[in-house]
Amino acid sequence: MTTETQVHVSLVVNGTRREVDVPARRLLSDVLRHDLGLTGTHVGCEHGVCGACTVLVDGAPMRSCLLFAVSVDGAEVTTIEGCCAADGSLGPVQAAFRDCHALQCGFCTPGFVTTVTAYLRENRAPTEAEAREAISGNLCRCTGYQNIVAAVLKSAEATVSEPANGDPA
Amino acid sequence: MSTRMFGERITRTEDQRLVSGNGRYLDDLGHDALEAALVRSPHAHARIVDIDVTDALEVDGLVAIYTYEDLDGRMAEPLPLLIPHPSLTHGRTQYALAREEVNHVGEAVAMVVARNRYLAEDAAQRIRVEYAPLPAVVGIESARTADHLVHEDVPGNVAAVMVQQTGDADAAIDSAPHVLELELEIERSASTPLEGKGVLARWDDDDKSLLVHTSTQTATSVRQAIAAKLGLPVDRVEVVTPDVGGGFGVKIVHPWPEEVLVPWAACRLQQPVKWTEDRREHFVSSAHERGQLHHVRVGYDDDGRLLGLSVRFWHDNGAYVPYGLIVPIITSTQLLGPYKPAVYRVEFSSLYTNTVMVTPYRGAGRPQGCFVMERTMDAIAAERGLDRTVVRERNFILPAEMPYDQGLVFQDGRQLLYDSGDYPATLAKLKKLVGWDEFEAFRAQAAEDGRRVGIGLACYVEGTGVGPYEGGHVRVETDGSVVVSTGLTSQGQGHATMLAQIVADELGVPFDRIRVTTGDTRRFKYAVGTFASRTAVMSGSAVALTARKVRDKALRIASTALEAAVEDLEIVDGRVQVAGAPEAGIDLGTVAVLSNPLRYAFDEAAGAATQFATPADPNTPPVEAGEAPGLEAVDFYSPTRSTFANGMHAVVVETDPDTAEVRILRYCVVHDCGTLVNPMIVEGQIHGGVAQGVGGALYERLVYDEHGQLLNASFMDFLMPYASEVPTIEIDHLVTPSPLNPLGVKGAGEAGVIPGSAAIAAAIEDAEQVTIRRMPISPSELFDLRRKRT
Repeated sequence: MTTETQVHVSLVVNGTRREVDVPARRLLSDVLRHDLGLTGTHVGCEHGVCGACTVLVDGAPMRSCLLFAVSVDGAEVTTIEGCCAADGSLGPVQAAFRDCHALQCGFCTPGFVTTVTAYLRENRAPTEAEAREAISGNLCRCTGYQNIVAAVLKSAEATVSEPANGDPA
Repeated sequence: MSTRMFGERITRTEDQRLVSGNGRYLDDLGHDALEAALVRSPHAHARIVDIDVTDALEVDGLVAIYTYEDLDGRMAEPLPLLIPHPSLTHGRTQYALAREEVNHVGEAVAMVVARNRYLAEDAAQRIRVEYAPLPAVVGIESARTADHLVHEDVPGNVAAVMVQQTGDADAAIDSAPHVLELELEIERSASTPLEGKGVLARWDDDDKSLLVHTSTQTATSVRQAIAAKLGLPVDRVEVVTPDVGGGFGVKIVHPWPEEVLVPWAACRLQQPVKWTEDRREHFVSSAHERGQLHHVRVGYDDDGRLLGLSVRFWHDNGAYVPYGLIVPIITSTQLLGPYKPAVYRVEFSSLYTNTVMVTPYRGAGRPQGCFVMERTMDAIAAERGLDRTVVRERNFILPAEMPYDQGLVFQDGRQLLYDSGDYPATLAKLKKLVGWDEFEAFRAQAAEDGRRVGIGLACYVEGTGVGPYEGGHVRVETDGSVVVSTGLTSQGQGHATMLAQIVADELGVPFDRIRVTTGDTRRFKYAVGTFASRTAVMSGSAVALTARKVRDKALRIASTALEAAVEDLEIVDGRVQVAGAPEAGIDLGTVAVLSNPLRYAFDEAAGAATQFATPADPNTPPVEAGEAPGLEAVDFYSPTRSTFANGMHAVVVETDPDTAEVRILRYCVVHDCGTLVNPMIVEGQIHGGVAQGVGGALYERLVYDEHGQLLNASFMDFLMPYASEVPTIEIDHLVTPSPLNPLGVKGAGEAGVIPGSAAIAAAIEDAEQVTIRRMPISPSELFDLRRKRT
């Protein structure tokens, strides 16, 4: 019998410091979902193509299914749960997705919301073509993307009054 | 007055939860559960010689390993053939774990249960299975030739041959002025929802009951299947559908091996067990669709009118047929679309291959049928030198001919009888929307700029809302809120919103006081499932009928309380009042209190409802004969036959003169699904369907090699469209209400995908002046067609 070695990992997740002891091979997506209970991050393909598992690592969108948790020790991680407003109500991107009917089954949505949140910090007033380009690394099997593009544009309108590079929370 | 909710673009009640990360999908549940992993066959066809688990026993955290030898009782029998049919003479289904033989790559051979998925996979990798490979049958040609057999006892690899005809088609074709023959082919594709399948089972040994969560399109039937397989009384089994990350057909099949294995293991181990399908597993062990080869003979007159149509096709059903002949039957009947050939004959053979089985994927055989019929229409137009819309118009069933009997038997065993539709009006709208008559000017302009563009269209009719039934339960709580449940399940279609809109109107309660539950057998035991674009028709009608019963009961009770005639009462914003005198009224919550005479006052509301508090006649029973306590009702909707939606798509494409890349410039949809409960949701369904149609036309195909290995079993290699591949979709609606149900609705879920390959093939053909007989089409295939042309 072999027992796996546990590695200590310290993360700041959605503004809160979290400490876990996990095997070196444990994926960040599994740590978030199963060790920290943040099941809003979804895993659609386990090989980095669909983007459902996208979280922000030190502000940059990354595929948590391709990252070992140990490899981001010390990082700040923002998940879909952290894209809500400070009072727990929907953040601007989340509200735009609801208002534009930009989701159906909702499984891919967290990856889109985190991706769009990061994108709008870089480009606060995208054109429709830019909005489409911004989401073209994420797969959705339900919506045909049209309403997601609309939601990106609506989010941009809603966030334009917020300070640049502000934390989404 | 309340605002009418039916027909409004209400944002979805589901979304608050789903956009904030608070959805609950299968793998979000059961953190305390043991986890399962499956050992799957690497061979398409082989005998199992030996299974050696010795090395796996070393894995720390291993709990159990199961093979076929461990299965007992009915678990050791093949999984059910869900939909038998007289033509399905050689139906074969798989075992939950392979017995002696495997028939496709990915077939489950052993199940490992361990403390977590990582450890379960460690152990699974260490199980050594010795196989004796057998020749694999891959593709329709190999199945037809039958040099090798998939199942030893199935001659010619033929599961079924089925013929339907409305007369002597060959004679009609032979005597027609013009005859064409076409070979047409559609390749394999698959539903590929973003969330795969998954099962969580908890056995409660104190209660002797089993609670199963599964990512399914039919909770009630999974419940029955598990009870039957495990030998449990049905009332000891409950099945709950959590949030489901897409289905598109693949999750209507049941029980999957894992849907019985996981509960079976949970019972044996007396611990919760969970299995979450990974992406590769989904590709090689769930189900595919589409693959068919058609031979068409058609006879027509000088004007392009169909005098006789004969279609012979071969359907690749994969290794097993648990879902019967539904897909090819739908192809063979819905192929006719909005047209009325004078005589029609169709014959299909459903063939076994050593590949993943074939069961419905959104459209369920219709995209193939539509492709075949519409390619035939375009071929006739080309041969006759007629505008493609003109040939179609001349063959349309006209509104005055409704209801129209196609003289065939549909997938539900009922007459293929179109209830309503106005096909000329749909086409007129489409021509206007896309600018059909102005296209030549656009083409000329584009040509001046060195660009190649083309336009195509395709028409379809879709039987929706098949029976046998769905039901609804509606209850008004004493706080005036309303709970609604229906047994079928949801995979993102916004059912909770749509059904609440219907109940809000029928019952006269505010929309935000209504909560809807779907797919939970603890709440509703009798249902069929979510497929065939049936929820709005079936459960929509069922909850409408149920809400009307509750309304009647509320009015009866209020009539006594208010001392007013029932006819004088109305329900507005959750309050029963006298029409014209709204100050005289009571809240529905109070009516709910009055409906249930209590003995015990456990809270304030209950105190108001005790026998001593209510002014009841002491000489009558507190609950009168024929009544029941509670302001609630159950009712069912069961239609005689399906209702038929229709639509037409037009596509404008541009092809790259050098690379043969296809770009969709415009995608126009005219859609008639009867009345619309929530146009926003309907349009979302169309958008998603069109995206899958675009994928099926240009990108998605499942590629097997001759050994039966699926070469593109990943999202890296199976090309689903991203936002960069899906055009903006322009939609116009026509509303021809169905006369068959109380709401006038027809289904909308599958429509968007059906004409995609047909319309896009037509547009590319128009741009390139090549002949397209096979879809999907890649740039290199288009490039080859160009070379053949020159």
